[in-house]
Amino acid sequence: MKLDTNTINKIAKLARIKLSEEEAEDLLKDMNSILDWVEQLNEVNTDSIEPLANISSSILPQRKDESSDVNSSDEILQNSPDKLEGYFAVPKVVE
Amino acid sequence: MEFKSISQLKSLLDENKISVKEIAETYIKKINENKDLNIFIYFNEDKIHDQVKETENLSNDNVLKGIPIAVKDLFCTKNMPTTAASKILENFKPTYESFVTQKLIDQGSIFVGKTNLDEFAMGSATNTSFFGNTINPLSKNNNPLAPGGSSGGSAAAVAADLCLGATGTDTGGSIRQPASFCGVVGIKPTYGLCSRWGIAAFASSLDQAGVFSKNVTDSSILLEVIAGHDQRDSTSSNVKIPSFSKNLNSDLRGKVIGIPKEYTVDGISDEINQVWEDAIKSLEKKGAKIKHISLPHTKYALPTYYIIAPAEASSNLARYDGVKYGYRAENPKSLDEMYELTRSEGFGKEVKRRILIGTYVLSAGYYDAYYLKAQKVRKLIANDFIEVFSDCDFILTPTAPSAAFSLNEKQDDPIKMYLNDVFTVPASLAGIPGISIPYGHDKEGLPLGIQLLGKHYNEQEIFNAAFALEKDYE
Amino acid sequence: MSNLIKGKKHDWETVIGLEIHAQVKSNSKLFSSSSTTFGSKPNSQVSLVDAAMPGMLPVINKYCIEQAIKTGIGLNAKINNYSIFDRKNYFYADLPQGYQISQYKHPIVGEGKVTIDFKDGSSKDIRIVRLHLEQDAGKSLHDQNPTKTYVDLNRSGVALMEIVSEPDIRNADEAGLYINKIRSILMYLDTCDGNMQEGSLRADVNISVRKPGDDYGTRCEIKNLNSIKFIKQAINYEVKRQIEVLEEGGVIEQNTLLFNTSTGKTRPMRSKEEAHDYRYFPDPDLLPLVIGQSEIENLKNEIPELPDDRKKRYINEYNLSNYDASVLTSDKSVSDFFDSVIKVDSRLKKSSKIVVNWITSELFSLLNENDLEINNSPITPENLGKLVKLIIDDVISGKIAKDVLLEMFKTKKDPDKIIEDKGLKQVTDTSLIETIVDDVIDENHKMVDQYLLGKDKLLGFFVGQAMKKSKGKANPKILNEILKEKLSKKN
Repeated sequence: MKLDTNTINKIAKLARIKLSEEEAEDLLKDMNSILDWVEQLNEVNTDSIEPLANISSSILPQRKDESSDVNSSDEILQNSPDKLEGYFAVPKVVE
Repeated sequence: MEFKSISQLKSLLDENKISVKEIAETYIKKINENKDLNIFIYFNEDKIHDQVKETENLSNDNVLKGIPIAVKDLFCTKNMPTTAASKILENFKPTYESFVTQKLIDQGSIFVGKTNLDEFAMGSATNTSFFGNTINPLSKNNNPLAPGGSSGGSAAAVAADLCLGATGTDTGGSIRQPASFCGVVGIKPTYGLCSRWGIAAFASSLDQAGVFSKNVTDSSILLEVIAGHDQRDSTSSNVKIPSFSKNLNSDLRGKVIGIPKEYTVDGISDEINQVWEDAIKSLEKKGAKIKHISLPHTKYALPTYYIIAPAEASSNLARYDGVKYGYRAENPKSLDEMYELTRSEGFGKEVKRRILIGTYVLSAGYYDAYYLKAQKVRKLIANDFIEVFSDCDFILTPTAPSAAFSLNEKQDDPIKMYLNDVFTVPASLAGIPGISIPYGHDKEGLPLGIQLLGKHYNEQEIFNAAFALEKDYE
Repeated sequence: MSNLIKGKKHDWETVIGLEIHAQVKSNSKLFSSSSTTFGSKPNSQVSLVDAAMPGMLPVINKYCIEQAIKTGIGLNAKINNYSIFDRKNYFYADLPQGYQISQYKHPIVGEGKVTIDFKDGSSKDIRIVRLHLEQDAGKSLHDQNPTKTYVDLNRSGVALMEIVSEPDIRNADEAGLYINKIRSILMYLDTCDGNMQEGSLRADVNISVRKPGDDYGTRCEIKNLNSIKFIKQAINYEVKRQIEVLEEGGVIEQNTLLFNTSTGKTRPMRSKEEAHDYRYFPDPDLLPLVIGQSEIENLKNEIPELPDDRKKRYINEYNLSNYDASVLTSDKSVSDFFDSVIKVDSRLKKSSKIVVNWITSELFSLLNENDLEINNSPITPENLGKLVKLIIDDVISGKIAKDVLLEMFKTKKDPDKIIEDKGLKQVTDTSLIETIVDDVIDENHKMVDQYLLGKDKLLGFFVGQAMKKSKGKANPKILNEILKEKLSKKN
């Protein structure tokens, strides 16, 4: 068992997903079996192997410093579930 | 009325034997007759008529003029909402058109609708969709079969003849496996060949767009259209796209096909091994040489994939937070509660599972043991392919470990589910192109697919081999 | 100078490290082509990428990379040929992607150092740990609506350079000098506009205290300070607070603090997230950034004279003190102005100290009174140079020069012209001065008698009277000589 309920809840908090107790139980079982299963990678000797982050062998393309986007704020806000006075609105945050 | 292929329908159109409008009406009718298969998340006849009007007067030089295409609902489209089969994208209407779908529009194709998929492309049966299962059109006798996944809706749309081509995305097998389950052709090209711009991301280092069609020629036509460099995607390849369809050549003399011993795995039915054997023999008969090869890290591909893909997904899906678009939970008391409830109510079980796995493997203290380790093993898997491709031209394997399974089968063991991708995942990790074509059937008459894998940017090679094999069933 | 602070029980040493966020002066954002113009309508400079729409992807701005490299060169730092963009994952209302693209293990610039100069002529090196490129977040507005926080994404995705120092700073003054130095380097390089009010340059300050010789204490981080004054205030308050806590037997909790500019106090952020776990990993939408040596060399050739080089030049060529030179060079526009003034005439070089004074006291006070920057000075360097030349050539007195300067400020006129028009030229004609002196002696017999009886102080009175008669134009040196001579003859 890699994970306990406490760890699951911590991860869920990091991922901002609320879990019911039932869901947490269920996920605990699944995630533990998945984590046990991926353990088999430890059989592989990866000393001196470079990690592969992206398969593309090309170099990072760079764009010119031109400001060209002409999106209106209406377009950007169009799909927002809560928008007020030209802003995205969220529940009040106390810093 | 049934049309065999894109090329056949295009000829009819070019000869004025049918109009764009008539084509559209034919397919609207078919789609309406097959609603019970739940293939489309979005289907709107008016939208099709609008496109007909815009397309009718285009020049016939547009290679896809009037051709009915289904679009996986992971591609953002301006004229149709985009959901990624998730509640969290409720009411989302993109103001932009994905690179791939724009290319299809530019060639005059008609989008018949947006197809169902596993939520955010996470699944192998199109059964994690917020909009319900899609049913494989080949299902018989009240035993609904899975179409495979995640691009199950697109594969099923082609199989049910509700379009002549469809877009898909393949992260670990999401085009090839449903193609195999539905008895159609599906190709995932080299990573980077088609821009990811405008496709809701699952796992960025693996996601790749591709197509489904009824035959190899049509796939080659479609891929030619959607491939190409895009400055807006930093991982898009800047390579010249060959004219795949014009270059199709079934002459395999002198070609060397690799048969990897690691793809003979326990629990695979004799039927699948038989189909594989038949394909090998056929290729030999056509002049190709057989070479037995080894891809020693194959067995580690699935666990590697199930670390890397969820890790990237956990970050890619952080943007679905109820602020800019999509679903937001009602009356949250604080910002954090808004996030937690929105994401809890908006995402389905499999997506949550993968987000949590991904969050865990990236978290402090576990990164090296899981994520970094997986990236290193990924390197070894990619190296395996580079090595064998120095003495073979392409690789032949089965596409999936089974034929389409029943939707009634219990799917509560995630690892068992993940094993569906056992033959498709290694190529995804290595970023090489793979195509699945139907080749034979199991004893219940369900199609079985065979997979051809090629070198980076060598789609032509696998198209040619697939083209040659396809002739065995004409 | 001792850096120790006397507590009630014993001495304390302060340890400070700064993370400076400097906005790259570019037209468009780091990974999208929206404009970076400050102060636009909310959410009007937001691309699909900045708003994190599904399927949107980052493409890096080449210019921003070049500015980071140049800045690295200016910080005497190592430029890394290979660097990686990572995702820093966390949720916040103004972070639309749910992650910030930043650089973690492989920043574009490595170790460097900058020198700060003190009034007493000494200086100190502050080591730089790294500089990396990252995206700015959007802006949350908490006071526009009673129940909501508003989010404006105009800043979202703007390129920032984060410059991290070693904890080499020991007090608030050093912190001020350090940030000033960084600001000046950035402005010489023109890689950042240095505007702290608009937030183009802001700092997070890490502070801890310890007994001398001990290991580092637990530190607190004060977030997002955007003026040198506040940085100093915040440091002084926080140091006092930490010492008080420790001397009363308490412990410092590692905390993120906010500085209240009206109360001058720090307080912990209320929305203190449970221990952060940013889950950094290489952004799979981007590839590693590889910078060739030749590209670095090309950029080196574009580096202008930097403050330290200019300071050395001032010391060597103009004989200025280390401190004067560092004050003058700390603001590039002031220093450029000085350079232009000096160029007006070859003889000004020897009188550089006079030039410095005319710029830093007389001109600055006029500019300050009128709320102007030196770049907008109505007096051009050419005209100021001419004025100083008139002074050292004894054409006008320093006193008259001040009036002329004011006139120049008002009318933008050439000083020669002003003197000509107003007849302000100094009188050096001895016969004319002699006449004036004679008149003064004639008119003040009593005073002359007292002077002759030994009341030497009265000389000043006669000078004043004579000056008045000459309308301030008499050359004071000549006037003095003639007065003394004539008075002595009376004896």
